[in-house]
Amino acid sequence: MDENLKREVILDNYTNPSNRMRVEDEKYIYVNSNNSSCIDNIDLWVLIEDGFIKDLKFDGEACAISTSSTSIMTKELVGKSTKEAREFIENFYNMIEEREYDKETLNEALVYDTIYKQANRKTCATLPYKGVLDAIEKYEHGTH
Amino acid sequence: MNVLKDFPMLNRDLIYFDNGATTFKPQCVIDAITDYYSNYTANAHRGDYDISLQVDVAYEATRDKIQEFINAKHREEIVFTSGTTDSLNMIVNGFFEHILDPGDEVIISDSEHASNVLPWFRLANKKGIVIKYVSLDDNFHVTVDAIKRVITPKTKVISLAEITNVVGDVRPIKDICEFAHKNNIFVVCDGAQSVPHKKCDVQDSDVDFLTFSAHKMCGPTGVGVLYGKIELLENLDPVKMGGGMNESFDNEKAIFLKELPMRLEAGTPNIAGVIGFGAAIDYLNNIGMDNILVKETNLKKYLVEKLSTLSHVDIINEECDSGIVAFNIDGIFPQDVAIYLNKYNVCVRAGNHCAKILKKAVGVKNTVRVSLYFYNNKDEIDSFVELLKDRDKIMKEMI
Repeated sequence: MDENLKREVILDNYTNPSNRMRVEDEKYIYVNSNNSSCIDNIDLWVLIEDGFIKDLKFDGEACAISTSSTSIMTKELVGKSTKEAREFIENFYNMIEEREYDKETLNEALVYDTIYKQANRKTCATLPYKGVLDAIEKYEHGTH
Repeated sequence: MNVLKDFPMLNRDLIYFDNGATTFKPQCVIDAITDYYSNYTANAHRGDYDISLQVDVAYEATRDKIQEFINAKHREEIVFTSGTTDSLNMIVNGFFEHILDPGDEVIISDSEHASNVLPWFRLANKKGIVIKYVSLDDNFHVTVDAIKRVITPKTKVISLAEITNVVGDVRPIKDICEFAHKNNIFVVCDGAQSVPHKKCDVQDSDVDFLTFSAHKMCGPTGVGVLYGKIELLENLDPVKMGGGMNESFDNEKAIFLKELPMRLEAGTPNIAGVIGFGAAIDYLNNIGMDNILVKETNLKKYLVEKLSTLSHVDIINEECDSGIVAFNIDGIFPQDVAIYLNKYNVCVRAGNHCAKILKKAVGVKNTVRVSLYFYNNKDEIDSFVELLKDRDKIMKEMI
């Protein structure tokens, strides 16, 4: 993807993020995701029913990379089964960590394919995914 | 004041505006440390041979320099620690834990650094002391009047930074001490952000305890000072027990400790650090603390003047007198601003600056912080402001 287009997608998702709103509904699993190395702090509300992610909302204070990555993630993961979500996330991590990965399935999330060049921003891009994994685990362990 | 040649780090292509975090070291400090490691490495206060004696002389000479630097009455009042955090923990856990009773009140503020908050929180949980907060005025300043409003007959301690690391407000420590002592209240002063920047006189301010760190004043990391009035230090229980601090011991009932200050410096101290600290004090004295204050005040004024012309910049602490400027850029997360500036080799800090409870007072959780030191200059400020002029450029280049 062209660098200018990547920047545009990131900025668009930063300034006008999708699914940014707080949720007050007990059906949603709430998780907070933050980095000890920086000041990003994101709240996530995940609705999982019958093994499928039905809805995803977020709010918080975070940098352009974290915020845009969260916005993109919410669009990509809704509608996926928890198994499919895990696969997507694993593939995303593979890209971030410069391992082999499948380009075809990441869609907009591909904009972070060169983020490894800024090592300190890798944790920003993966921050929301860490939160969703926590939420899936809560769901699977029935601790929600 | 031409100091550029003195600092190896200032001869790199960098603009360093994070002096509240740590400062650069002049060559004379680096040389003093190298000299110890190259020419007279030995332990302190131990050996009967020449180089060990040489270490003693250099180590203790720093104590004398510090005593003079803060105008302490006795050299025994200067205790070397690993830094301000260590010093504050020793004061809370070694002194106040033994003299405070449940219900006794300690006054701090919302803009204190974590190291002047968490030790007190722990003591509150452990002993049932009560933490109270002095309210900040509209410019985030602490006034004696505000302190008068918050004290009660139960108040035993006021523990405040003289200058805070987030908004850089300067507290009237001398007036606070005068009022506090009339009411039998102890005053602990966190000097980490003030001792490096302005003249300090503990006899004039009459503060009971003062803490500061070498690395924020051109010295090495891992060294700091705990100052306490001698009659208080006599009652400060060592938090650490071990070598170098005991006279003799036969069994658990027969432990004899050394005199001050050795009693509070258990284990092999940071000898190289203390020696380097001595060189840093010499260096600062040579420039003159009054000159340092004037230079920083002028730089801060200049920076605020220039930044104020940018409509997308919101300065949080325009009214504060120290070299700290906290600001935000409209619609851009502070960390993104810092990352953008880093692309131009400008070092600033973004975040909450370890003052996590400040939000309730200032209403802003995170900021970009510029913290100046005497070796910064107007050219750097010009380049810095130029980089911030165009908000769209920041947006475009921050990712």
